Amino acid sequence: MCLAVPGRVVEKKGELGKVDFGDGTLREVDLSLVEVEVGQYVIVHAGFAIQVLDEEEARESLRLWREILSQG
Amino acid sequence: MFRFRDRETAGRIVEGLRRMSLNLFLMHVCGTHQDTLVRHGLDRLLEPCGIKIRQGPGCPVCVTTEREIEEALLLARRGKTVATFGDMVGVPTESGSLAGLRGEGADVRVVYGIRDAVALAERTGKEVVFLAIGFETTAPSTAVTLLRKPPPNFSVLCCHRYIPPAIRALLELGETRIQGLIEPGHVSTVIGTRAYEEIAREYRIPQVVAGFEPLDLLMGVYLLARMISRGEVGVVNEYTRSVRPEGNVKALRVMEEVFEPVDVPWRGFPVIPRSGMALRREFEEYDARKRYEDELRELEGKEFRPHPSCRCDRVLRGLLDPPECPLFGKVCTPRSPVGPCMVSSEGSCAIEYKYGRRA
Repeated sequence: MCLAVPGRVVEKKGELGKVDFGDGTLREVDLSLVEVEVGQYVIVHAGFAIQVLDEEEARESLRLWREILSQG
Repeated sequence: MFRFRDRETAGRIVEGLRRMSLNLFLMHVCGTHQDTLVRHGLDRLLEPCGIKIRQGPGCPVCVTTEREIEEALLLARRGKTVATFGDMVGVPTESGSLAGLRGEGADVRVVYGIRDAVALAERTGKEVVFLAIGFETTAPSTAVTLLRKPPPNFSVLCCHRYIPPAIRALLELGETRIQGLIEPGHVSTVIGTRAYEEIAREYRIPQVVAGFEPLDLLMGVYLLARMISRGEVGVVNEYTRSVRPEGNVKALRVMEEVFEPVDVPWRGFPVIPRSGMALRREFEEYDARKRYEDELRELEGKEFRPHPSCRCDRVLRGLLDPPECPLFGKVCTPRSPVGPCMVSSEGSCAIEYKYGRRA
């Protein structure tokens, strides 16, 4: 129930938007809790976007992990 | 964008953990973490590294009390339309389940979220009660909806709960020696990492906020194990792509506007101070407990007990693995569940059963 899934915002109309979950599923999502632009990824839970995913941070954490792991 | 599943990195993390020669007991409080752990067999990868992880009270359906479900059952019997999340309708109580009532003709609806419940109220004009469960991940959606003034035939039976007070309660109980906590990624997306810093200081406990891909969880465990073995205390954020120190400020603001903290019991726990979300007075008109006060009075003074052999209480306090329950997989299965941990897709028992580990 707390399951939240990432998807990409493909359309925005006021507080509502369409989010693409990657498997061909488009769903109407309430975007009122986030500041988001079309093209960005959001985390969606129970029909509401609860955060905008930071792509830069995603890349950075993968890089950081490799660094930590190589230090052993 | 999100390559959080590659085997090579996973192997390197596990190798790194093995080299630390650990003997750790960790706890998380999230059904989705449990799903990732068991589905991908991470728990079995970690065991030989000396790491044991259990799920605590992190399943909203599971921690909802018998009394709260009885309230919903009573309202459904009295002709209200009760709308809620799918997992909730299957939870059995002494007097039945919402799914059972539906079979007897009551109007019980499964919805994906509160917006569907409001739409139902608008469409049917009937009295619709939304059984609102969930932690800080779900609560903002209830708050936003109430701020938008839904129709007067809509109300909320509010059973939302805050996670940090439950973590405190676990640590206070001290029944197990928890050496580190894996904090839930999506609750933390809303409340931020700062919420845990006070707990770290007060209880001297290392914590990591982790995401839900297999690599997120493995890396979270790695960062936590490293803190523990270095004797460090604090909060490390693994899930930086979603979790910020301050959380989602907008979501926190609407929650603050609509809810106030109250002392409530959780299944398996005594009353946990300031762990429940009650609707503030300004939203009284949408509060099912106020609107149907007279009808609900019938439940006053009654005691509701779970099935005497059900061990959900101990599972939720992290004292037991599901197969250790004598009912698991025999008397209690997803088809005929005895307790909520076998009903909810976020319950430890249902997850263990689903991935074929049936005692």
